[in-house]
Amino acid sequence: MDEVIRLAHGSGGEASRKLVGELVETYLKNDIIDCLDDSAVLRISEGRLAFTTDSYVVDPIFFPGGDIGSLAVHGTVNDLAMAGAKPLAITLGLILEEGLPVADLETIMGSVSRAAAEAGVMVVGGDTKVVERGSADGIFINTSGIGMIPAGVELSSANARPGDKVILSGTVGDHGVAVISRREGLSFKTDIKSDSAPLNALVEAMLGASKAIHAMRDPTRGGLATSLNEIAARSGVGLLIDEAAIPVKPEVEHACEMLGFDPLYVANEGKLVAFVPREDTERVLAAMRSNPRGRDAAVIGEALQESPGQVILATAVGGRRILSPLSGELLPRIC
Amino acid sequence: MKFASEFRDRELIANIAANIEKVLGREWTLMEFCGTHTVSIFRHGLKSMLPEKLKLVSGPGCPVCVSSKRDIDRTVCLGDYPKGIVATYGDMMKVPGSTMNLAEKKARGADIRVVYSSYDAVDLAEKNPDRKVFFMGVGFETTAPASAAAVLKARELDLKNFHILSLHKITPPVIAALLEGGTEVDGFICPGHVCAIIGSGPLEPVAEVWKKPCVVGGFEPGDVMQAILMLVEQLEEGRSEVELEYFRGVSREGNTNALAMMDRVFTTADTEWRGIGTVPGSGLVLRDEFARFDASALIECDIETTPDPPGCRCGDVLRGRMTPLECPLFRKACRPESPVGPCMVSSEGSCSTYYLYAGDDNG
Amino acid sequence: MCLAIPALIVEKEGNKVRADVGGVVRDISLELIDRPAEIGDYVLLHAGFAIHKLEKEDAEETLKLMRDVLG
Repeated sequence: MDEVIRLAHGSGGEASRKLVGELVETYLKNDIIDCLDDSAVLRISEGRLAFTTDSYVVDPIFFPGGDIGSLAVHGTVNDLAMAGAKPLAITLGLILEEGLPVADLETIMGSVSRAAAEAGVMVVGGDTKVVERGSADGIFINTSGIGMIPAGVELSSANARPGDKVILSGTVGDHGVAVISRREGLSFKTDIKSDSAPLNALVEAMLGASKAIHAMRDPTRGGLATSLNEIAARSGVGLLIDEAAIPVKPEVEHACEMLGFDPLYVANEGKLVAFVPREDTERVLAAMRSNPRGRDAAVIGEALQESPGQVILATAVGGRRILSPLSGELLPRIC
Repeated sequence: MKFASEFRDRELIANIAANIEKVLGREWTLMEFCGTHTVSIFRHGLKSMLPEKLKLVSGPGCPVCVSSKRDIDRTVCLGDYPKGIVATYGDMMKVPGSTMNLAEKKARGADIRVVYSSYDAVDLAEKNPDRKVFFMGVGFETTAPASAAAVLKARELDLKNFHILSLHKITPPVIAALLEGGTEVDGFICPGHVCAIIGSGPLEPVAEVWKKPCVVGGFEPGDVMQAILMLVEQLEEGRSEVELEYFRGVSREGNTNALAMMDRVFTTADTEWRGIGTVPGSGLVLRDEFARFDASALIECDIETTPDPPGCRCGDVLRGRMTPLECPLFRKACRPESPVGPCMVSSEGSCSTYYLYAGDDNG
Repeated sequence: MCLAIPALIVEKEGNKVRADVGGVVRDISLELIDRPAEIGDYVLLHAGFAIHKLEKEDAEETLKLMRDVLG
């Protein structure tokens, strides 16, 4: 292959065909995509189809614990999993910046391949475009994904009920800190890795323990605080959250302190928060802790009848305050 | 001893809260001068642990908040400098200027980068000899020495392409202006890290002449509570002194090394504080000897600064005369994603912390 | 104002100093500090500069005062 991406690679001509052909052959081989038809054709069962789309513009594209490729697969699979769906197929739309080293693209495709295999999902289609130098940060990825929701599963952000326990699957803040530790001007050394991971197996285990789980969300942009607020608002419940129960790695906590971030607002890419009927809490928690993606799962709070739409944080030092959703952008501070 | 978690111990703080309850006799109004104190109070929910008789108001201690709109316009202008790089602390990115902020300027193609340390900006200049690096020097006395060190380093490296726009301000003149303007505040929780540099000495006139107790507080929740306890004790006992809660970080003389470096590079000048007006002798400007590092000489735009939007009450909020909740624009025209005045801009601005942490409650 | 956090000096070679904040390691400068600090000392770190050397005794005394039960 060539060394860098050129505009010709996106034009649909010889160079395009060659690039796409080689990438598919090396990284995405499966019965459906090998057809290289204009549409992927899948046979699906009857029932409810979950359908999601996402775009990935992470900067930098390579970060500790992952890259934009694995992130794209995990993010799409997780959106499906949050609806209770078993991920079936995803597509990959690539927008490449002229000048992107092909070696980088290959690394990213390798990540896509591994991530898809781990999640048990097929990449059935895609598209490749090239834009002029300066019009993209190396590479942007757009995905879409479909999956089937088993009968009896009713997960929705509007379904949380008073009395539900709020369970968090693990530590928060890892991804955001890992990404920012690589940004120019803020470099500090840390072993913190992104938690980017597929959650469908974890969700399946949880639903196996209780099909009555009411809601699930993966706290990505805006962090845990924003997701909790979204569910509180849509479900019309209040939430009382115990700050001391929220697992945060000490390194993440310290990095956040140094930069002036609150870990509760930092993005995660391999965690979920679930709203579980009180009587099923122990069973679901046990199922989570037996799964590699849920080892640090913890009950962090409960849903209330009072103060609908509001998230109250009982602070670790004994006080109380309102936990608002993120507004604006998280920026490092010295003050 | 980790110097951190020990001061967040739940039982420790419960004890101090109980002590405050025991000592408090009548109503008092305390001001935390420093924005980082405001954040600490809200983040740990400390107000919920204090008796209702104790009122806390937030003062002007946010250097980002009080940068004049004209100064912001000047920083945005530097974004247009051919082959320029604007290097700034993150705090400055969203401060509203007349037409836009630095984040918006960056979205329009200017090379604006967030740095963690002033030395990172010097590094940028060294590594990019064909570009001009403009470092935004913002902050109080805690941060000004770091800017001084950067200027000295740039001189040592004989850099021709490093410049600083000093928006630094110093604290004692503004406390004086606040007191002279009249205030409802009975006592001050004083900024621990500013005092780590300047010492507690400069606060003595506040206690001795104006008869307002001052306690220099640290930033862990235990520190803040203990500082409040010490203030309440002084007020109940009729004393007005400068006391150090944060003596593990602060002495009366301060950090003479950092002060000397600050003094070598900067001298004072009258400067405008957004929401307050001109405060004599409160700004830091480069001494003539370092004129070649002054970014202001390179600002070429015609700056036309617009007047403040009508109804903005930042001035009163900053003076502790009004809570954000009483401002007519709060949560309506003025929100974190569309801040009108500086109090809503920085994550530690009084209005921003009220918005984020107070919800619909009265703090 | 302002954010300064306790950091432990873990490496010191001439002008090159590294500090650890609970597992996060960063190059820092000691040029602004008020008194000499060595490996094993804690300093207050602000925007990449150590602005004060922390003493264990001061911290312990502060905690003692905080534990005092009044009345």
